[in-house]
Amino acid sequence: MSHATVRIPAPLRPLVGGVSEITAPGETVEDVLVRLGADHAGFLERVLGPGGELRAFVNIYIDDRNVRSIDGLRSKVSDGDTIHIVPAVAGGRR
Amino acid sequence: MIARQRRLEELRRQVVEVDAVEAARLQQDGAVLIDVREPDEVAAGSPQGAERIVRGFLELRVEDSVPDLDKTLVVMCAGGARSLFAARDLQELGYTDVRSLKGGFNAWKGDGLPVQVPRVLNDAERERYGRHLLVPEVGEAGQIRLLESKVLMVGAGGLGSPAALYLAAAGVGTLALVDDDVVDRSNLQRQILHTDQRVGDPKVDSAKATLHALNPAIQVITHQARLTSDNIDALIAGYDVVVDGSDNFATRYLVNDACVKHGIANVHGSIFRFEGQVSLFWPAYEARRGPCYRCLFPQPPPPELAPSCAEAGVLGILPGVIGTLEAVETVKVLLGLGDPLVGRLLVYDALDQRFTELKVERNVECSICGDGASEIEYVDYGALCSSGVSA
Repeated sequence: MSHATVRIPAPLRPLVGGVSEITAPGETVEDVLVRLGADHAGFLERVLGPGGELRAFVNIYIDDRNVRSIDGLRSKVSDGDTIHIVPAVAGGRR
Repeated sequence: MIARQRRLEELRRQVVEVDAVEAARLQQDGAVLIDVREPDEVAAGSPQGAERIVRGFLELRVEDSVPDLDKTLVVMCAGGARSLFAARDLQELGYTDVRSLKGGFNAWKGDGLPVQVPRVLNDAERERYGRHLLVPEVGEAGQIRLLESKVLMVGAGGLGSPAALYLAAAGVGTLALVDDDVVDRSNLQRQILHTDQRVGDPKVDSAKATLHALNPAIQVITHQARLTSDNIDALIAGYDVVVDGSDNFATRYLVNDACVKHGIANVHGSIFRFEGQVSLFWPAYEARRGPCYRCLFPQPPPPELAPSCAEAGVLGILPGVIGTLEAVETVKVLLGLGDPLVGRLLVYDALDQRFTELKVERNVECSICGDGASEIEYVDYGALCSSGVSA
């Protein structure tokens, strides 16, 4: 089983106890996310839609590559990969 | 006197002289015409398209303008004597085909060839922008380009504050500000354009006062309005760069779609608590075809996943970092310098003090900039706010 380090974006940190990264096991990006969801209530539905699909306003990266350009949620994870979760953020002016 | 004439005779044997008509023909065929006269002479007029490098700095600066030593050069002064000395020095520097314009600028003008009165910096501008002039990548030509540039700032708040301050300081000649809000005391924790005395004033007016206090010579245009699908075309037309410092998805998507439509560079910055994102969405960038904001995030989040602005909060210094990076990208675009953030998303985590660079690929199926995209129709998303994925 591979282990990846998941970088948690600021908007999701309150759901995972405030930490900036978590290491989790999984063969695919989906495995890793589901594992985090099992450990942290409320996390998964921020990233995946009701049908289990990646939400349109969230991007997942393995290192610097967007999984949408690889194999989506089924993209393979290797030991030592860093997974970045990048949500759309509106803030700025106020 | 005699020594001078003897030397000019020698130079005429070493340097080919061309008349003005021949010089113009060479220039049309790709030769570089170099005007080596003093700034006060150039200010009265100079051949169109000429490189203007004052004689005293010629050898030190010519390679910045003409890196190819085999390029044909035609050197020009007022009457054709200084250009002979200058041409010989360029030969010694290694240029293989250097000519001198016989009769100089007087002959050029006399033959009715095209002349332009170039924008030159005045003494006050030379003093103010002196540290830019010392940077070869900016220099006088770059500074003039900044002074002739027009940048539209969407939002005069957290991101817009540092961006507008630095762009005004840099001498971006026209800054337009769009913001419908008034200054609130709770803004002052991060919105450094505003002051305690100006609480209650329109943000665009407060911003204008601060920017003019810093640099009175620039033009600041204010629009106390919210961007909508009805007014955006009129507001952004004619600008070189749009700096997105907005606080809501409706405006961000509108800015993106309009920038794609008008081919304008969209400098993107967004912040949440202690994390920020910066990129440059500019499909019209010539060096490589980049993505737009919708390639990265095709749709905004639904309202139930977008909490109110007031709930989210932000570390006050964070927009300082992100807005300043937006200003850097803006100046790079205006000057055509370096490698812009086209196709790259910079994510900044202030707590871990870490920058992460991620690739943003163009989506060929993008509804706005994709291969099959039809004519752009703006969408008003209504009052979506703050962050897409928030707690």
